[in-house]
Amino acid sequence: MAKSSIKVRAKVKNGDAKVKCLISHPMETGLRKNKKTGKLIPAKFIQEVVCEHGGKTVMNAQWNATISKNPFLSFAFTGAKSGDMIKISWVDNTGKSDSTEAKMK
Amino acid sequence: MNQNRRILLKSTIVAGATGIAISAGLLTPKTVLAAWPKAAFEAKDANKALEASLGSSSTTTSGDIKLKAPDIAENGAVVPVTVTSKIANTESISIIVAENGTPLAATFNLGANTKGFISTRIKMGKTSDVTAVVKAGGKLYSTTKNVKVTIGGCGG
Repeated sequence: MAKSSIKVRAKVKNGDAKVKCLISHPMETGLRKNKKTGKLIPAKFIQEVVCEHGGKTVMNAQWNATISKNPFLSFAFTGAKSGDMIKISWVDNTGKSDSTEAKMK
Repeated sequence: MNQNRRILLKSTIVAGATGIAISAGLLTPKTVLAAWPKAAFEAKDANKALEASLGSSSTTTSGDIKLKAPDIAENGAVVPVTVTSKIANTESISIIVAENGTPLAATFNLGANTKGFISTRIKMGKTSDVTAVVKAGGKLYSTTKNVKVTIGGCGG
């Protein structure tokens, strides 16, 4: 399987979890021009990021092309314990998607 | 000779299985995509974007929201923004960049156990006010910070 586009680091301290993730994605706005051809580069950006923990959606982010290239995202939630699995998935405007699961430390 | 045939058979089975997994994965995004509020994200005006995404554009300025962003961003393509909300029952956090072509940058819908904390990186075309809008108990609260941009992040 190809390497996942998502890197996740999640740490649990006294039941509080802090999640950091880095997604590798061009986040193209559709307004930029290719310098050589002068043509517009078609838009390609992540529209939705979902994080699930224990079957529940912890966080659901809806993004515009305003988010930087190779997006970074961090958030926190309670009621987690070390060793729990966390699932992160994204969908972009072209219908492409990816997801990954990580064990919380 | 016989062994080669076994290997070939095995590899075709593996390839077939991954193909099924990929197509199964592709089916889910369609249902998720429907929730993306296109009108809100394509709105050219900050108030219209708020109305389309949160139902109202009237916000109360609150000291309980902390918006951490640089005073001067050297590179508009990568502006780190952190929003911390101490308001109870924070349902969602939205980030708005007033001077961008499409002001609404993102909306984070938070679950019941999720803390009012979000950190990400955004693009900014030019110097602008950045506003964090927090929805809690059906009301909107906001806090604004001006960020100066030396090099815009929307051009090529």
